[in-house]
Amino acid sequence: MNFKQYILVCGGTGCESSKSDEIYRNLLSAAESKDVKSDVQILKTGCFGLCEKGPIVKVLPDESFYVHVKPEDATEIIEEHVIKGREVKRLLYDTSDSKANKAMENLDFYQKQFRIVLRNCGVINPEDIDEYIARDGYAALSKVLSEMTPDDVIAELKISGLRGRGGAGFPTWLKWNLTKEVESDQKYVVCNADEGDPGAYMDRSTLEGDPHSLIEAMAIAAYTIGADYGYIYIRAEYPLAINRLKIAMEQARGYGLLGKDILGSGFNFDLEIRLGAGAFVCGEETALIASLEGERGMPRPRPPFPSVKGVFGKPTVINNVETWANVPVILHKGGKWFASIGTEDSKGTKVFALTGKINNSGLVEVPMGTTLREIVYDIGGGIKDGKKFKAVQTGGPSGGVITADYIDTPIDYASLQKLGSIMGSGGMIIMDEDDCMVDVAKFYLDFTVDESCGKCAPCRVGGKTMLHLLEGITKGKGTMDDIEKMKKIALGMSKASLCGLGQTAPNPVLSTLRYFEDEYLAHIQEKRCPAGKCKDLTVYEIISDKCIGCGLCARRCPVSCISGEKRQPHVIDQEKCIKCGECYSVCKFEAVSKK
Amino acid sequence: MSTVNIKINGIPAEVEAGSTILTAARKAGFKIPTLCYHPDLPAWASCGICVVKIEGSPKMLRACAATVSEGMSVITQDPEIHEIRKTVLELILSTHPNDCLQCLRNGQCELQTMAADFGIREVPFEARVQEIPRDESSCSIVFNPQKCIKCGRCVNVCQQLQDVWALEFIGRGDGTRMAGAGDVVLNETPCIKCGQCSAHCPVGAIYEVDETHKLLEAIHTPDLHVAVQIAPAVRVAIGEAFGMEPGEITTGKIYAALRRLGVDAVFDTNFAADLTIMEEGTEFVSRLTKGTGAIPLITSCCPAWTDYMEKYFPDMIPHFSTAKSPMMMQGAVTKTYYAQKANIDPAKICSVAIMPCTAKKYETRRSDNMQSSGYNDVDFVLTTRELARLIKAQGIEFTKLPDEKADSPIGMYSGAGTIFGNTGGVMEAAIRTAYNLITGKNLEKVEVDAVRGMEGVKRGAINVDGTEVRVAVAHGMANVRDLMKEVQQAREEGKEPPYHFIEVMACRGGCIAGGGQPYFTTDEVRRKRVEGIYKDDEASTVRCSHENPEIIEIYKDFLGSPNSHTAHQYLHTEYVPRPLYRK
Repeated sequence: MNFKQYILVCGGTGCESSKSDEIYRNLLSAAESKDVKSDVQILKTGCFGLCEKGPIVKVLPDESFYVHVKPEDATEIIEEHVIKGREVKRLLYDTSDSKANKAMENLDFYQKQFRIVLRNCGVINPEDIDEYIARDGYAALSKVLSEMTPDDVIAELKISGLRGRGGAGFPTWLKWNLTKEVESDQKYVVCNADEGDPGAYMDRSTLEGDPHSLIEAMAIAAYTIGADYGYIYIRAEYPLAINRLKIAMEQARGYGLLGKDILGSGFNFDLEIRLGAGAFVCGEETALIASLEGERGMPRPRPPFPSVKGVFGKPTVINNVETWANVPVILHKGGKWFASIGTEDSKGTKVFALTGKINNSGLVEVPMGTTLREIVYDIGGGIKDGKKFKAVQTGGPSGGVITADYIDTPIDYASLQKLGSIMGSGGMIIMDEDDCMVDVAKFYLDFTVDESCGKCAPCRVGGKTMLHLLEGITKGKGTMDDIEKMKKIALGMSKASLCGLGQTAPNPVLSTLRYFEDEYLAHIQEKRCPAGKCKDLTVYEIISDKCIGCGLCARRCPVSCISGEKRQPHVIDQEKCIKCGECYSVCKFEAVSKK
Repeated sequence: MSTVNIKINGIPAEVEAGSTILTAARKAGFKIPTLCYHPDLPAWASCGICVVKIEGSPKMLRACAATVSEGMSVITQDPEIHEIRKTVLELILSTHPNDCLQCLRNGQCELQTMAADFGIREVPFEARVQEIPRDESSCSIVFNPQKCIKCGRCVNVCQQLQDVWALEFIGRGDGTRMAGAGDVVLNETPCIKCGQCSAHCPVGAIYEVDETHKLLEAIHTPDLHVAVQIAPAVRVAIGEAFGMEPGEITTGKIYAALRRLGVDAVFDTNFAADLTIMEEGTEFVSRLTKGTGAIPLITSCCPAWTDYMEKYFPDMIPHFSTAKSPMMMQGAVTKTYYAQKANIDPAKICSVAIMPCTAKKYETRRSDNMQSSGYNDVDFVLTTRELARLIKAQGIEFTKLPDEKADSPIGMYSGAGTIFGNTGGVMEAAIRTAYNLITGKNLEKVEVDAVRGMEGVKRGAINVDGTEVRVAVAHGMANVRDLMKEVQQAREEGKEPPYHFIEVMACRGGCIAGGGQPYFTTDEVRRKRVEGIYKDDEASTVRCSHENPEIIEIYKDFLGSPNSHTAHQYLHTEYVPRPLYRK
């Protein structure tokens, strides 16, 4: 069928939760009722990345990029754009008439991005294998099975310089080769799709937007290491991704790309989805294996590494979603091509989930070596409300902060590590001047303490004890001795915890201590929170010179601790104040100070 | 044995390939401290105390889990390692109640010893003890989660060594705790009361139900005739509580200690072990030669095993020997035969058993057959650990006691009775007598090597007058499942049973390593206790149950013949399928 126009509706979880599915259905019925069904094809795609502006609808070939679309806009899009050929200007991201500015790739947000992992997200219908194939999908698998030996694959991966995107950055070729070299009657490949860092959703979007890339990559790995079975371990909280994976697997089986004798090569490979129950620790590979085997998701000592003793005690390659998604492209376009992108020690691109106090929150994929400044200002559009950039947390709860002083640091494995953070899986949370760094450390530690599996003592007890110390500090009960205690616990945890969760849990604390010690000292010695974030340390006072005695604050105060005569300056009873900040926000005369 | 060359703290050492750093270091004279590790179990690696450095590696490894490799250079001790271990220990201590003086494990606690070794004088971290109530639902085991340090030994013993799955981890993070499977109280779980959890717990979090006060009360009750029996395995282990070597035979000293405690009559369960052989041996021969019951015959003297079978393999009930355990037989004849002979009103007899086992506490009430005398055949059971504590508390210097004799007419035993205490012993004792029952003559060599040793499942064939009798012996509950499956499969396929006679003991090594035995049992200790048992057998003038004069006498005077009506009334029982979970 020859369509004149195409409408792509973002079907990522973010947009779906803002009713993009309803938009999609409304578009379909509008096209139906206006009888233009044969002129326009309406498709649901994966995530476009610019989640801040979602739900997103894109119309081709005009390249019109509609943002913040509502279900009730559907009819207008069909009537105006499809039928009359007039763009719905009010929905355009960029309202200028210039064609050059309007196209998605010309938006600032996309200009500095380089999409390998997300190459198909927002472009193809993830529920249609033909669209994946049309964009060179399964070409790599076909090439591998017909032209390459396992050693060729390893060699190509080695040339590409691909390193694991799950956190530690272990060279992928080496991991595959170790598994390949172990003799065993049975081997497995596993996809770690148990993404759990706060604010991170790179993997979810990849799974939702391009599930076949994963299937293709895993089949290639299985062929390389000598496995015939694989598992995708995915958290149950990703229903859309799970559903699309299921559809993709079914379609792949139908096309003979999964199952027996794939592409007539004699190679057999099939996949199974295993659902995680939402424990963060199951993203740790040994805990993932335990969970996959039906055991309680608790880490096991390493060595032995999964490459030697993995799923059901058999040699296993485990990679995370993003790593997998790179593989077909590398084998299709060649390791050399991939290695030309990025820096000396970090090749290719990295996907980040940009969140926090940033204008364009969303998914971005940039070449390794892109500076933080480019990500925050050029792509991210700068800090919200014109506030000052303070720091960015990379590596999630296992990482640390990078401050304004280091904003020109190129993002690669080594540079981040040097600054006391890590690449991690790609969470990037931007903080501004209103963020208290002690509070930030507390937030992350609270997360890891909550997610600790409880198996090993250093993590189980150390984390909780450290969290209590931090809580004390944010309540003004901290002592200088507490800092020493936290450092002592941090050493114990980082060296004696069984898995990466416990070993890296103190990082946010150590990192904020390193760059923002003054904030800790302010909390401890002056009993003051410089950012005004820690409630217990915040004091609200009425500036008598400014107060006109309107009484609004007194009426709004939930504990009635503000008193004063009409038209006379009021006073806050500090004993009773619960620091809710209501007076501060309702005062029209800036007569309430927050210190 | 292939070896690798490593360096431990700079000192070259040639160690067994594949051994853990912990084992290699201990052989080279460096003791790496451990808390969660137990040699009976695969490394669980939870405590984090045994961390060591490997030269050239930024990460520290757990010595209990990491294996040595050629050229490895291990550092087991330096100021940083010490600091890290101490911090971890302090963190653990901050969650542990500070009431050592009132604790059952005082003086025998691995955490306490470690705190002493590290010279802990104060804990710099806030005290946070979990407020979880004690679980006293079981008649055998008490679980005090407050004291638990989450080392995981109990759970792993229960799941891996015993295949019972009555214990598990519940919750996560700081809220992690060990609890009955499905978070129900112990008595409602599939627990078989073997007590291995209590024997492996490094602290006072799981322990036997303490009934020592009952013995003291009984002794001090006027007109109550206190008769105590001691199990085969107790004699080679209790000495350890008094600084003696494992395996030292202390039978005479235990008799003497009991008398000094004020007990009226001292008997030996070994006597009833001989009685068991007479009953069970006869039952076996009858099933084998006359087809009076299911083959294979499976031993039933281990109450943890019978409980397991009733829960996990109820279809095997017809295979079980109906003969009661020696303890219950001894109790029954104490309140009948002995009461008549000594002219004591059985109502005035308090029958007590000293056992290596916590499940024996349960066995005394497991069915109505346990009151065959018209009273509780056994009133209560103390474990070896409890008796040792009582002896200490009563100021009896055990090692200095003379060797005394047991009382008649139910105190004499044969070598066959004593070997009931270890794996393979019941089988061997039964073979000695069954051979005689079938052939009319005694074995030339009474030792049956095929059923001896520590292998989890032992299989053998014994030539009885030209007939091959196939036997199998399993110990450690996890070794039983496969054996039972073999029998089930043959039955389903209508094939000849793979065995004629199977012995099962729930605990690894048998009763000598029962859940109520002195702490710190390892394979090394098991081996020594087993040696002690066989030494006791060899030193016996009578080696076969049917030749024990007091056994001959009791059949003549009271029971008639083995498997007689009277014997069935007092010495046999039955089994019923039981649900895994009570609720």
